[in-house]
Amino acid sequence: MIAENLDSRKPYQVAIIGGGVVGCAVLRAFALAGARAILLERGPDILAGASKGNSALLHTGYDAPPDSLELACVREGYNEYLAIREPLNLPLIETSAIMIAWTEAEHARLPALLARAEANGVENVVAIEAEEVRRRIPLIGSGVKSAILIPGEHVIDPWSAPLAYALQAIANGAALERHCEVLGGAFEDGLWRLRTSRGSVSAEVAVNCAGLFGDLVESIARPPPFRIIPRKGQFVVFDKSAASLVETVILPVPTEKTKGILIAPTAFGNILVGPTAEDQDDREKTTVDTATLKMLIRRAAEIVPALAKHQVTAIYSGLRPATQVKDYQIEALPDRQWITVAGIRSTGLTGALGIGALVRRLYEKHFATLNDIANPVWTPVPNLAEAQPRPYQQGGSGEIVCHCEWVTRGEIEAAFKGPLPAMDLGALKRRTRCMMGRCQGFYCSWRIAQLADGRLPIPVASGAAA
Amino acid sequence: MSRHDAIIVGGGPAGLSCARVLRERGVKDIVVLEREQEAGGVPRHCHHPGFGFSQFYWPYTGPAYAQRLRRDANGVDLRTTATVVALHPGGEIEIATPKNGLETIHGRTVLLATGIREAPRAARLVSGDRPPWGVLTTGALQQLLHMTGILPCRRPVIVGSEWVSFSALYTLRRAGIKPAAMIEEEDRITAPGPGAMIARRAFGVPVLTGTQLIAIHGDAVVEAVEIECNGQRRRIACDAVIMTGRFVPEAALLHASHLEMDEGSGGPIIDQHWRCSDPAYFAAGNVLRPIETSGVVGREGEAAGHAMAATLAGRLDAPTRRVPVTVSPPLRYVTPQIIAIPGDRPNDLLFRGRVNQPTRGTLRLLRNGDEVWRRTIHALPEQRIQLPGKHVSLDGIESLEVRLGPS
Repeated sequence: MIAENLDSRKPYQVAIIGGGVVGCAVLRAFALAGARAILLERGPDILAGASKGNSALLHTGYDAPPDSLELACVREGYNEYLAIREPLNLPLIETSAIMIAWTEAEHARLPALLARAEANGVENVVAIEAEEVRRRIPLIGSGVKSAILIPGEHVIDPWSAPLAYALQAIANGAALERHCEVLGGAFEDGLWRLRTSRGSVSAEVAVNCAGLFGDLVESIARPPPFRIIPRKGQFVVFDKSAASLVETVILPVPTEKTKGILIAPTAFGNILVGPTAEDQDDREKTTVDTATLKMLIRRAAEIVPALAKHQVTAIYSGLRPATQVKDYQIEALPDRQWITVAGIRSTGLTGALGIGALVRRLYEKHFATLNDIANPVWTPVPNLAEAQPRPYQQGGSGEIVCHCEWVTRGEIEAAFKGPLPAMDLGALKRRTRCMMGRCQGFYCSWRIAQLADGRLPIPVASGAAA
Repeated sequence: MSRHDAIIVGGGPAGLSCARVLRERGVKDIVVLEREQEAGGVPRHCHHPGFGFSQFYWPYTGPAYAQRLRRDANGVDLRTTATVVALHPGGEIEIATPKNGLETIHGRTVLLATGIREAPRAARLVSGDRPPWGVLTTGALQQLLHMTGILPCRRPVIVGSEWVSFSALYTLRRAGIKPAAMIEEEDRITAPGPGAMIARRAFGVPVLTGTQLIAIHGDAVVEAVEIECNGQRRRIACDAVIMTGRFVPEAALLHASHLEMDEGSGGPIIDQHWRCSDPAYFAAGNVLRPIETSGVVGREGEAAGHAMAATLAGRLDAPTRRVPVTVSPPLRYVTPQIIAIPGDRPNDLLFRGRVNQPTRGTLRLLRNGDEVWRRTIHALPEQRIQLPGKHVSLDGIESLEVRLGPS
């Protein structure tokens, strides 16, 4: 499958470059509009870049810049997620969020944030007193000055959602190719010929959803008017034993540069703290460093002191594809038959569905009319969230293989099947959560390797005795 | 809901030894719940001698010891691929099996013997890249090799110098792999005794003490580690990093339950009869603390089995009073943490503890404020310290303190 050359494919109406959450949502939007669309992803799986590491929040847009594209996409994406999550079997952990002012200076900034939430049309965002914060988060540290309650902010599963978008797109006729890097392209006679690592793909319209490589891909169509500045965020994930300590997203008062370090429950029953905001040149390096991780743990323990006693389950970092401007960069280039989707910084998980809808509108405005397909196929994904039933609870899915996350053999086997089978360990982890728990593979590495049966690239020392 | 006299959670050395004793004591209805496909626990994957000696006075290899434990427990209802997912008061436990999914069963007595595991890279907060494979624990390495034949490295670096680190070294050397180095943060090898010296010489692998792992490098695969020794940083080319030791009790199930836990040991708080804060539950083996040898763990399982049998026979009542055994730094913990009244003083009562830093001094046992035992010791964090319980009369006991201080 990997080796298939794409030269002989008939031209597509739309070729989407990049299989992050945004690319997957854009592919879905075109598939449901009946367009012949293909997504080209350079990595071994979707979500191999910026989309694999984020805070997993469903944002209301309460703090987005007014009149920004980001606000519009986040608002539309938020509503769309709520509308489609049930047929796609996607979870929603209704945590709400509380933004806490710890200093007088932060307290003084809250009224402006309240006003912005109102201007942005986000309802029920209210100021609350320190007492109310303590009632909602009994283990909160001391020194709360005041706070804002944002009831609509929630937690979702950051990997299953884009996977569901991609799978629904495929089920409704779209194509998705992984291990397929776009190397260049030429626009001739009203048709893009995109040169890829697996031959050339022709399409009437190309959509740049290349995330961290957005400016490089943009240079296929024009000198890029923006520059991607990868901004790294490191996270620490606390053990599930800490889950009951924090059931609300705890936000700091944001600064110009970043939304700051938050504490949030995850859909999988952990507590995460992060992210940092570290500009870097490298578009792929997601290193972690001990000093920063310790700082995150210290910060978490200042906010919720009881967290200090809990073990760390995982550490990770992700990259945000920021640009030199604050807003999303989304526009159509009618004479180039190109749509740019870039600079989707930290709200992409929520904004993606809204971006999909916006890109479809841009396509219809500039290129061709589309019609919703009748009776689209819905592709519910396996549930990974703790709050909903999981296979180990129901039986009939084989033995539990991953003891920390209670992942069954049936779930592992299923992840190797279907239209988007896992082809590397990251993909398998995102589809099942295996090896992502507190032991990080102490117990189940061998079994995962055995069940993968050659389908994962596991390094093996040749000639080693068994 | 099915009801049983004894349910044993975990089919490793402690659990299987307990099962054997219960059967020998005439307990009929014994269920062992093992979440893996085979009972025997961690020793199954340690293909070298050094297991079970203080239990059977024979230098078994890990797999042979595991086999002996299974054979000795023959006849009990051993259920593999049965995972306990929740503990409720009074011995009611929720289990998940492939066939039935969730169900609740009840044990008049329940032994928690869930063992230990090594701390992985994430919990150690190690800097650097995060390649998908190649950064693994000894447990993962040995299981990969012995269960699937996969050896994911040609030239790894071993981090740590505990016993288990040499177990990892032995595994690798036997598979024809020569590690690039073994590194140890402390200025000395952690594993005690001459074994480490022999292993060190025989295997010809440089052991770098006083050396810290600074970072791991490599995107798709491990390419190098950065280390620091005497303020000097350098790189060692390697294709894997084996994170050995730094064991933690596999006690997530207990942390999520109503049982009282000891922050110092990482395990449950037990009394001299191996009972947890809910007397339907007993605990033994390495879930109590990291880490004892398999033989000691097996012995603990046996002792807990006797206590469970006594409970089932109506000869051991639930305590009416619990006297805490208090400790203070440099002592990290002592087990048992509680003296239960009424209760016996078991003949084999031993207090076992650890220090959090190397300490020379006098170890004292104070009963109702009066010193009843003392000894000058040199304690290291990785070594068990032991205090005999025979000096502790339970009649009229109000307090018990273990103190380690200047001579």
